[in-house]
Amino acid sequence: MSKPIIEIVNLSKKYKIGTRQTYYELGESFVNLIKNPLSILPKRIKPKSDGQNTEIWALHNISFKVSQGDRIGIIGRNGAGKSTLLKILGRITAPTKGKIHIRGRIASLLEVGTGFHPSLTGRENIFLNGSILRMSRSEIQRQFDEIVYFAEIEKFLDTPVKHYSSGMYMRLAFAVAAHLRAEILLIDEVLAVGDVTFQKKCLGKMEDISQSGRTILFVSHNTQFISRLCDRAILLHEGRLIKDESSDKVVSYYLQSELGTRAFREWNQKHRAPGNEVSRMKSVKILDKNNNMTDSIDITEPVKVELIYEVLKEAWSLVPAIQLFNYKGIVVFTSNDTDIYWNKRIRKIGIYKSIVTIPGNSMNEGGYFVRIGMGTYIPWRKHFTERDVVGFTIIDSGKKKSARGGYVGQIDGVVRPLLHWETE
Amino acid sequence: MSEITITSKYNIKSVKASIKEIFEYKDFLYILIWRDLKIRYKQTVLGIAWVVFQPLISTIIFTVFFGNLAKIPSGKLPYSLFVLCGLVFWQFFSSSLVGASDSMIANESIIQKVYFPKVILPIVSIMTSSVDFIFNVILLLVYAGIIGYFPNWSFFIVFPLATITTVVTALGCGLFISALNVRYRDVRYVLPFCIQILLFLTPIIYPMSIVNERNKLIMAINPISTVIESVRLTFSGNGTLSPQFIIISIISMICILIIGFIYFNKTQKFFADII
Repeated sequence: MSKPIIEIVNLSKKYKIGTRQTYYELGESFVNLIKNPLSILPKRIKPKSDGQNTEIWALHNISFKVSQGDRIGIIGRNGAGKSTLLKILGRITAPTKGKIHIRGRIASLLEVGTGFHPSLTGRENIFLNGSILRMSRSEIQRQFDEIVYFAEIEKFLDTPVKHYSSGMYMRLAFAVAAHLRAEILLIDEVLAVGDVTFQKKCLGKMEDISQSGRTILFVSHNTQFISRLCDRAILLHEGRLIKDESSDKVVSYYLQSELGTRAFREWNQKHRAPGNEVSRMKSVKILDKNNNMTDSIDITEPVKVELIYEVLKEAWSLVPAIQLFNYKGIVVFTSNDTDIYWNKRIRKIGIYKSIVTIPGNSMNEGGYFVRIGMGTYIPWRKHFTERDVVGFTIIDSGKKKSARGGYVGQIDGVVRPLLHWETE
Repeated sequence: MSEITITSKYNIKSVKASIKEIFEYKDFLYILIWRDLKIRYKQTVLGIAWVVFQPLISTIIFTVFFGNLAKIPSGKLPYSLFVLCGLVFWQFFSSSLVGASDSMIANESIIQKVYFPKVILPIVSIMTSSVDFIFNVILLLVYAGIIGYFPNWSFFIVFPLATITTVVTALGCGLFISALNVRYRDVRYVLPFCIQILLFLTPIIYPMSIVNERNKLIMAINPISTVIESVRLTFSGNGTLSPQFIIISIISMICILIIGFIYFNKTQKFFADII
């Protein structure tokens, strides 16, 4: 048997909390140096651990092998380490520990349209984007017509892309990426873009690619798609590899376990939980009116969000809050705990449960995401917030009396309250 | 089949391996240069006019204030030609440096999405600036011709060497500052100020001859001083630079390049994490 095309051995990646997206300022470092001139010396003594870990392992001891022609799906919820894995494979960022051997040309499609420039024409951008994705000039020329045909932009080939509609822009970007020739492809499902018809075309193209005998690593939330396209799947959770088996087995395990539901989020590792030295989240759950966990709720029924958190220091009064986002990323509303009893009282150390109820007949159909937060009114302080903690879907079965009335079409709007009407 | 091993270990790639990698990515290098030029010279005439406009206006201002009012000596050359000589190279150096220093941040979206040798980015911005430089050199020669000055034969040796020195110095500084810029985002605010100071520490508006001997040697640490002085000599005809002066500049240039390259190489693996 030939050597595996990708071999990952004990791969780990550590991020320091807070430095993941940030950089320093020279001025700041300079002031620190003046305040504490010794800080420039290499630290021999480890800083005292204050119980709060400032590092997280985005990936922890991941090992697996990929053979030529394998189609592997990588699943896991947000923050499981899927994109970190793809980034390391694409050599965009270096691992902290471990090794990867790659035997072949690798191409990563982490985001379409990399390097697109708005004032260049469609034709020019095809060449620019193609060569950024490591296609040779002759390769691009050979596939040029096919790319243009696929993107459906023949008429606008010599128009600067800043005049394109967003749909056209995305179609072109996807088309270039989809015609990439490499032995190993890293694909992120968010690549499927545009309107519904084009999305189908994108997914169809991905299916074609997957049948062409190339090695593919495919990140997706869409479990159906994974079981259809991939023969093997890998489940990641909090940076660890939980399961590595046939895609059907992994997908059914994922769906049955609490990992698959969007309605529940629990933090087992303390340093990963949102929180600070005052309080820390333990879990968040979506409940229906009978307090059963669910991620889809009828439009007429109330939705409850249950927050369980731990108070670590007896010094602050605490006000939990939630913010609801719809699938377009619009904030639907923000709600703080308005209970005067708790607002003014300093919380004793212990575990607390707060439940907020969103009444039925208030939101429109569709998917929602919950952001949680913890604050104090006096003196004002924001302790922590975390986005996309849990999610749920509001469905309109049309069985009970809702704001729909007798109308059968789609009802627009961020909210859909059942209001009182009077006619004289 | 190509085999790559990805590890966390930081190993300085040998200079040979780094250069080999740049050659492997030459298509990528060309297309980025092509992109930048395309955007810059989209309106060809306007693009060139703007590029030539900057040294021209500076020359007029400097000639009026430093040449006519302050009466700074300019040797055998008329002050306007004297200062234009300096500005053409200075402009090339400073725009290369600013472009190179900003190149990582400007191409942040590409850095986060695909792998390539990052050293390409400062090279691209220097190459792009060199096109501006060509137009400015033409301006210099035309202007010198109009007022009746022609460089002697040594120009054909001095000019290429001066250009290479400017490119290498700008690349060395650019590599260092671009890597620093990723880490410390306020560097970009400090840089224009430093360039301003450096403008006055380089013999652009005044000749080297008015500086005392000890300070001359200190000024030679800046290779651009030597570049400008030697190009002026090709116009004024006679006189030579002291060898001591040239040697200091060459050593300094090589040090700048090595330090810049090492610092850049050491930090580039983690650019995508902090950018």
